[in-house]
Amino acid sequence: MSQSAFAATLLAPDLPCPAGLRTWNGSDPVKRLAVYRNNVTSSLIDAVAATFPVAQELVGSEFFRAMASLFVRQRPPRSRVLASYGDEFPAFIEGFEPARSVPYLADVARLEKARVRAYHAVDADPVAADVVSAALSSGEDVGALRLVCHPSVGLVVSGFAIVSVWAAHQGEGDLAEVDPAVPESALVVRAGLDVLVLRLAPGAAPFIAAIQRGAALADAAALAADDSADFDLSGVLALLMRHGALISLHTPRSSTQ
Amino acid sequence: MRQDRAGDELPARAGISLKPEHFRDVLDTRPELGFFEVHAENYMVDGGPFHHFLGRIRELYPLSLHGVGLSIGGEAALDEAHLDRLAALIRRYQPASFSEHLAWSSHGEVFYNDLLPVPYDRATLARVCDHVDRVQERLQRRMLLENPSTYVEFEASTIDETDFLNEVIRRTGCGLLLDVNNVYVSCINHGRDPMAYIDAMPLDTVGQIHLAGFARDQDAAGAPLLIDSHGSPVDDAVWDLYAGVMARLGPIPTLLERDNDVPALATLLAEAQRAEGLMPRSAEPEHCDSDRGHS
Repeated sequence: MSQSAFAATLLAPDLPCPAGLRTWNGSDPVKRLAVYRNNVTSSLIDAVAATFPVAQELVGSEFFRAMASLFVRQRPPRSRVLASYGDEFPAFIEGFEPARSVPYLADVARLEKARVRAYHAVDADPVAADVVSAALSSGEDVGALRLVCHPSVGLVVSGFAIVSVWAAHQGEGDLAEVDPAVPESALVVRAGLDVLVLRLAPGAAPFIAAIQRGAALADAAALAADDSADFDLSGVLALLMRHGALISLHTPRSSTQ
Repeated sequence: MRQDRAGDELPARAGISLKPEHFRDVLDTRPELGFFEVHAENYMVDGGPFHHFLGRIRELYPLSLHGVGLSIGGEAALDEAHLDRLAALIRRYQPASFSEHLAWSSHGEVFYNDLLPVPYDRATLARVCDHVDRVQERLQRRMLLENPSTYVEFEASTIDETDFLNEVIRRTGCGLLLDVNNVYVSCINHGRDPMAYIDAMPLDTVGQIHLAGFARDQDAAGAPLLIDSHGSPVDDAVWDLYAGVMARLGPIPTLLERDNDVPALATLLAEAQRAEGLMPRSAEPEHCDSDRGHS
């Protein structure tokens, strides 16, 4: 039997047992093949569940594992490194009809995926506070400054209260008091060894997204002000500095570490 | 290739799997232990806590690097990008041992995250030898190949598993990772005698031993079907087999594997101590002078 024939049965439990298997006692090999089928499916479901624990709590383990089993069959991993498995799971949730009753589930999953990405992101030292304050007070070129975010920085913009929902599952706040319909955006960043989830003020998410694209400080601030009249530039800069979310800043001509 | 560098071997003591939930506990308590083992693929990430803690723990303990994704039994050529990732980890952490499985886990584009069985025939033997040769050439070191837990056999098989492993080891110069739990699981699953299986193995090439727990099921005829689950303590039958191996071979680096339902660090350390207790020590030979202490 070719490995193709064996492989084809692993994620398709309804396929008959392929020919070419043998058992010492003449027993039907399908029961034995089921061990492999179960190992493959359940280990991949476990990998998904490990990345999305809050999503699992929101819908319950039984529902979550049934949903994840469909996902692993439709989108089995392409990489031997499972840390990145499940990138497509939030989009899968969005298209999964039975999960519609929890409309914020997909965005909470996006937040959890951003946390895992931040956890394993490249190490980099945050830029020193005095370097930033010197650059910001240097005068005319301030608007042209480019800020470089820590490799762990991720943004999740949502029409739902994803930060409050997530925090309530960490024992911070009462889930019953969260109004999920309040839009929230999250900054995810690894500070030292800990991954932080921070609720962003109005305008802060488009600002950070712009600097991640390489926009100049003035252009990013203008975009953010367009997004929200309440945008507070010094507030978001203080937040990024406090949590080590910036690693360098430079102007297109010179660079400052 | 096939080189053994001096000082490049695990101590002939017991070690345990290093699990993230024990990182801080290990650094805080620095338990007395021969070595730690990690799954290579878990550390194929860019940065963050996994590398931070493995780096610090590696400063304190010898390391065994155990691959679970190389797919040495696969029909396709080895994944060179994966070999590159392994080489980078080996450069970074200088493990005393690198081991992989007689199994496949990838086919086509898909990674199945399980150790899948191969038929034991001439074509597979040639392919597995080519793959082991390539691993040893690329990593510039001798690897250990682990005997598998299996649940089915193939009509295409023409060679006994023990003969197959003997031949791979003879042709490639790799060593044997003797997983005593896998021996027991596979022998029960296929109606064989575990001790005869061990007798048929090239025991002089054993570089490491694995011990783990299994789960119990039944096949379609009601015969016992054991599942290599790594989620429970080592079974008494496996301890007995291990004691027999120890009495014959003397101390060998021995890993207590636990990947699921991971208990407290102390529980794993107790299992490691039990393994060390079964290792005969040269200072206490088995046939000591029975008159000593009586005169």
